[in-house]
Amino acid sequence: MTDPAFALVERAHSIVDDRKLSTVAHWKDNHLGGLAIGHMPIYVPRPLIEAIGCLPVALFGGGDAIDIIRGDSYFQSYICHIPRSTVELALSGDFDALDGVLFPSICDVIRNLGGMWRMLFPKAYTAYVDLPQNFDRDIGGKFYVLEMRRIARELQERGAQPLDPDALRECIALENERRAVIAELDALRRAEPWRVKASEAYLIVRAGGAMETKSHTLLLREFITAVQQRTVRPIDNVRVVLVGSFCEQPPFALIRALEKSGCDIVDDDFQLGMRMIDGPIEIAEGEDPLDALARAYLDKGQETASRYIGDLIKGASLVRRVKECNADGVIFAAASFCDPALLDQPMIEAALTKASVPHTSFKFAENLGQFSVIREQAGAFSDAVKLWGAAS
Amino acid sequence: MSEQVDSHDQKDKSQQTQKRMIGEHFDKLARAKEDGKKVVYTFVPGNVTELLGALDLLPVLPEINALQSGMRKRSAGYIAEAEKAGHSEDVCTYVKCDVGMQKSGNIGPTGTKLPDPDLLLLSYTGCFTFMKWFEILKQEYNCPVVMLHVPYQTEGNITPEMRDYVTSQLERNVIPALEKVAGKKLDRDALAHRMQLSAKAEEDLVAVWESAKHRPSPIDGYFGGVYYVGPIFSSFRGSEDAVTYYRELREEVEQRVREGRGPMTPDGEQKQEKYRLVVEGPPNWTSFHDFWRMFSKEGATVVSSTYTRVGGLYDTGFRHDYRRPIDSLADYCLGCYTNLGLPTRLDLLERYIKDYQADGFLVNSVKSCNSFSVGQLLMLRKLEERTGVPGGFIESDLVDPRYFGKANIENRIQSFLQVLEARRGKGPGDPLPKRSEGKRALTLIDDQKAGGLP
Ligand code: SF4
Ligand code: SF4
Repeated sequence: MTDPAFALVERAHSIVDDRKLSTVAHWKDNHLGGLAIGHMPIYVPRPLIEAIGCLPVALFGGGDAIDIIRGDSYFQSYICHIPRSTVELALSGDFDALDGVLFPSICDVIRNLGGMWRMLFPKAYTAYVDLPQNFDRDIGGKFYVLEMRRIARELQERGAQPLDPDALRECIALENERRAVIAELDALRRAEPWRVKASEAYLIVRAGGAMETKSHTLLLREFITAVQQRTVRPIDNVRVVLVGSFCEQPPFALIRALEKSGCDIVDDDFQLGMRMIDGPIEIAEGEDPLDALARAYLDKGQETASRYIGDLIKGASLVRRVKECNADGVIFAAASFCDPALLDQPMIEAALTKASVPHTSFKFAENLGQFSVIREQAGAFSDAVKLWGAAS
Repeated sequence: MSEQVDSHDQKDKSQQTQKRMIGEHFDKLARAKEDGKKVVYTFVPGNVTELLGALDLLPVLPEINALQSGMRKRSAGYIAEAEKAGHSEDVCTYVKCDVGMQKSGNIGPTGTKLPDPDLLLLSYTGCFTFMKWFEILKQEYNCPVVMLHVPYQTEGNITPEMRDYVTSQLERNVIPALEKVAGKKLDRDALAHRMQLSAKAEEDLVAVWESAKHRPSPIDGYFGGVYYVGPIFSSFRGSEDAVTYYRELREEVEQRVREGRGPMTPDGEQKQEKYRLVVEGPPNWTSFHDFWRMFSKEGATVVSSTYTRVGGLYDTGFRHDYRRPIDSLADYCLGCYTNLGLPTRLDLLERYIKDYQADGFLVNSVKSCNSFSVGQLLMLRKLEERTGVPGGFIESDLVDPRYFGKANIENRIQSFLQVLEARRGKGPGDPLPKRSEGKRALTLIDDQKAGGLP
């Protein structure tokens, strides 16, 4: 019997691989005057962008699919890979469908890349999105609302629609719907990882980065329905949570290789932006939806390396997640030279060790071609966990 | 920054003053616990030393400890210690040096143990690593942290929203947290007084910087400059001592101008000024004197640098203002060099090259610091285009000696100076050799030596 989800996975894969952004160009053809606004990882307030009639387009570098010719000449060897491929794609004209790019405040590389963008592409709209590290509504919340208003205003000056609270309410509702379906998919992955592979869920979620929310929700729903029709039998793999890959993404084949080595990735932070808000964005009676969007980020933003944790203990939320999804261990996979992830690593590993959660770690680059060593390491990890309940 | 060059003229009053100030500060730190003094660790960019001083709190600057460990050749061991404990080889070596130092007993630069912090004041200005650094230290020391998030000046201007965000945090988070540790209320008059003292010292520091517009320059604005910024970047801004130090320093420098003398170097006074350079990026600390000599022995004086602006940018007009102390603290934090967008950094470098009549500019790109380094290769191209002045590019690290390739760096500097020599007499209008876009980042020097791509 053919796999009922096959065509959907293929479709998602082709959207993810569409580095020339032809689906975005297609969207623009159908939305005359609409702006396509790229954004770097991890998170930007996508409902805001959609509410003013723009298409937010998540940019995740070039993966292992492109040759870096010019991108390397702008970056020293000790800088991660995603800025190189991003510059390469832009200089090659692959981002021509974009009218601007947002650079959220997650690390110095993305921050400075925003500055480079201004110099390299002076005509394009470039904005830095300074996400608050103060989570008090009257301080960080106020600042974030003003940041979002500024972006909406600047985009309006470039042809976007004025920010209308009703339109924003509608987009927030759509985002909540998408978020709920992603949560459903995640729950399914955890319950029956043999039914939905992490690599498939990855493609289905990531494809939404260049789609309107409602179309993405539809794709997600279709996928869930399709996989439920699969005839499957349980496989006794090791259940792992994979963290550290929130920005530069591992090559897709590497995710597949981890699965083949006997690891079911039951939770991950690959596409953290799509899951950044933990639960729905709630708009209180009479509340300005922009305030609600800011409040959701402050109160329900997921813990990650680029977000200040205040009085919390680093790694504690990961230990909780491991328990919640009944995982056997953690794989810490960070991009080489990724400061936020790698500076977090010792703290996270200490928390895991303290909680007796087996863990292993490796580094990758998005264009890594050989990962036999990583595959062997993951295989050994999964064997050790299976045999002794701990990494050797 | 606080250790003096041995061969500096020991008669210089300012050096003696700085030495005394630092000695006294570390003595206070060594006695802090028995004296009942509270200790606050914080960062150089965006430090709010006047607030700490007004509350009688003692600052410790882990970045300064790290660079001094580099100068005292201790950093390699400390970094190894941190890496052994699981810290990645890829990340900022200041953090690892500090962690290693802490694990090795936290012995400060004067040989006495540094007290543990009572509070970590996370002045989050211009560098994301700061946040991670204090998250790590929080776990090591199990003490409270207060965050001061300073937004980034992408467009090179401070908007009312940014200022309001910072002042709200100062008033509602930072000052209460400091008062709690200090066990007393902030005396706003004392704060205002300290800000007046800051402004005085800043005025004199700017005069020192601008003395480099003379020929010969009486100072080296990078290697010498790091000593000059020691007091104002660390624990002394807003103190009478700092006012004294900068007044003395300014008098000495003005005297050198009158006498037509060049800067002091590790080997005495530099007799000849052959090249005037502007430098972008921090220095290497593990071979600091060797690095300096590579310039001084060739008669190359650094007339201005951006690293010496990380703890405050005063030569574009900013002064701490006692009439609006909290607003002006916010503006100070917002204005530190690494908190400026790349186009603004570029404008500043261009201005330095022109105002200080530089023959060339050099980027020292350090592996540790993405905040500085990302974008420097583009800045190099753009600056050459804009000024017609040749740029050079070298790579090293702050405190990890594994990344200071002495022979390679020296070769590059010499080749760069040869380029400047060859251009002598030619104006900025004379076209520079074209840079190639290659498989890896290439410098002008590489291009010329290798004749293109390797
Ligand atoms: S991979 Fe890490 S260091 Fe590189 S841009 Fe992303 S978050 Fe920043
Ligand atoms: S990354 Fe740069 S600015 Fe940040 S702590 Fe390290 S050296 Fe300092």
